[in-house]
Amino acid sequence: MTAQDPGTPFSAGDGPAPDDVLRVEHVSKRFGAVTALRDINLHLRRGEVLALLGDNGAGKSTLMKIICGFQQPDRGRILVNGQEVTLKSVEHARSLGIDIVYQDLALIPGLSVYHNMFLNREKVRWPLLNNREMRRVAREHLDEMGVNIPSVSVNVAQLSGGQRQSIAVARAVFENAKVLLLDEPLAAMGVKEGAMILDLVRDLKRRGDVSVIIIAHNYGQVFDICDRVNLVQQGEITFDKPSSETSVEELTNLVVQEYRKALEERQRSA
Amino acid sequence: MSDTAESGGTVLSRAGAGGGGGGNGNNGGQPVVRALGVFARQREATVLVVTVALLLYFGITHNSTFVSETNAADLLSEIMAPIAIIAIGEVLLLICGEIDLSVGFIYTLAPFVTLFAINDYHVPALVAVLLGLLTGVVAGWVNGFITITLGVPSFITTIGTGFIMSGIALTISHAEPSPSPPIALGVGKWLGVPGNPWQWAPVTWAVVLVVIFHLVLTRTRWGLYTISAGGNLLGAREAGINVGRIKYGNFMITGFMGALVGLQTAFYTNNVDPSAGGYSPMFYAVIAAVIGGTAMLGGSGTIFGAFLGAIVLATLTDGFDILGVSANPLGIIFGGAILVAMIANVQLARLRGAGRSI
Repeated sequence: MTAQDPGTPFSAGDGPAPDDVLRVEHVSKRFGAVTALRDINLHLRRGEVLALLGDNGAGKSTLMKIICGFQQPDRGRILVNGQEVTLKSVEHARSLGIDIVYQDLALIPGLSVYHNMFLNREKVRWPLLNNREMRRVAREHLDEMGVNIPSVSVNVAQLSGGQRQSIAVARAVFENAKVLLLDEPLAAMGVKEGAMILDLVRDLKRRGDVSVIIIAHNYGQVFDICDRVNLVQQGEITFDKPSSETSVEELTNLVVQEYRKALEERQRSA
Repeated sequence: MSDTAESGGTVLSRAGAGGGGGGNGNNGGQPVVRALGVFARQREATVLVVTVALLLYFGITHNSTFVSETNAADLLSEIMAPIAIIAIGEVLLLICGEIDLSVGFIYTLAPFVTLFAINDYHVPALVAVLLGLLTGVVAGWVNGFITITLGVPSFITTIGTGFIMSGIALTISHAEPSPSPPIALGVGKWLGVPGNPWQWAPVTWAVVLVVIFHLVLTRTRWGLYTISAGGNLLGAREAGINVGRIKYGNFMITGFMGALVGLQTAFYTNNVDPSAGGYSPMFYAVIAAVIGGTAMLGGSGTIFGAFLGAIVLATLTDGFDILGVSANPLGIIFGGAILVAMIANVQLARLRGAGRSI
């Protein structure tokens, strides 16, 4: 596949490959005078972990918001399992199996772990909630995913950042997510906490039925677990390589080069 | 992250959340989390201890007067029940991140609707009482509409609607009180009138409503979504919860509670009074809620705790009356007691938070 060509984004329009669970083709997005994304192409294979790297303001977040249905692109199309879709809302994207996990947005601190797991899909034995059943299923699911929580009845407020993030990921998988977007999953997290998340992603990879896009600007941490790296710079994907064919040094050089170029341009125009 | 949680540390239950973030070091071993569970339950237990202590103190030192039936009915039906019933609504609103400062004026207005429906429009008494209650629900809807749909902070919305309702009540009554319509007493006794057994109606209503709404808050979707709306608005929306609907509903529940208390008081005192209600019952209810462990910033709270808070406030009011403290310095003692209770709450929560990360 063209996507394998080192250093060049895959060329769109050659028909969806059967193992691409998600494809973004020629997507552009402007906010007023600012072009956030210009002609973006991205693809994600089944069971793959893709790192989407780039500096702040490069367009990663806009791209993620479009993929998770929060914003609509001005141009271009999105294919899920080879089917062209118009993602109308976050709920719509979720119903198609695309789910985004934000670090702090995901969970309700005042509710127990199992109520969070079942939020808006509670089991009810009218007129009351069927807490026992929810506790049981939540426990089972977390055990199965290897998420280590002492009790599913504690409030999320009492858990550490890493535990919260793990629960948010587990909840997304529990809700049948097939494409999982992790937005800066390691930001503000200690080494042990970070390792917990990375283990969870590794586990997902082993299971193979969930594909993951990790958004990070500190790529050193996520480099080990991803299969492929895309670099976003000034609204374009400028780099697409399997992680085995690149290195943290190469990526750093690319980012620094771009920064120097921008600096020179600014000085020239001044 | 613990910083964001701790910024709410002035409020007792938020202080607990801050400690959670700070406790990263021990990653929640089994005994730690079990201890946390005990602490969480202790939050209500603190108010319970205060309640029992107060009741014992006044019960033992002023046995004959305090424990007498008339005083018990006064304390429970006339003082405690209104606070407890309005507090149910305020707890729900505070938890979902709103407040209703107008509920005391719904209390003022609702009995006049019932009164005029009977006197001027000859509506059957039961229907007139229901119209009075409906007034509260409609007022709550208006509060919801201005706050949620038009986007005005509820603190401002309800100050405005409060003034308007106060103005309406004063205008239609020409600022004159009037006795409850006699034909409504058949219905009114179910809401509470002096004398056995109907004097126990208000406290019965309070207990029944507290039990029902305690279950609503802890064991139904409505309760979970109320906590979600206040605890993490964006997260709740992300999960597909219709947050606006929850808030509208809680404003309407609060309006209903205000109207119910207004009608109860009108029947209990046989007086429909344009100077009844006002800010005072609302503030008592909010204080009961906060003493009982509800976070002013939303996201957590309990109705049972607010009920205990209402008992504490009623016992203080009634107890000092029996002690013979004159009405003038009562405010000093009362205000002091509230502050001491809150300081104890906040500091205990902070201690609990600190103990966690050791």
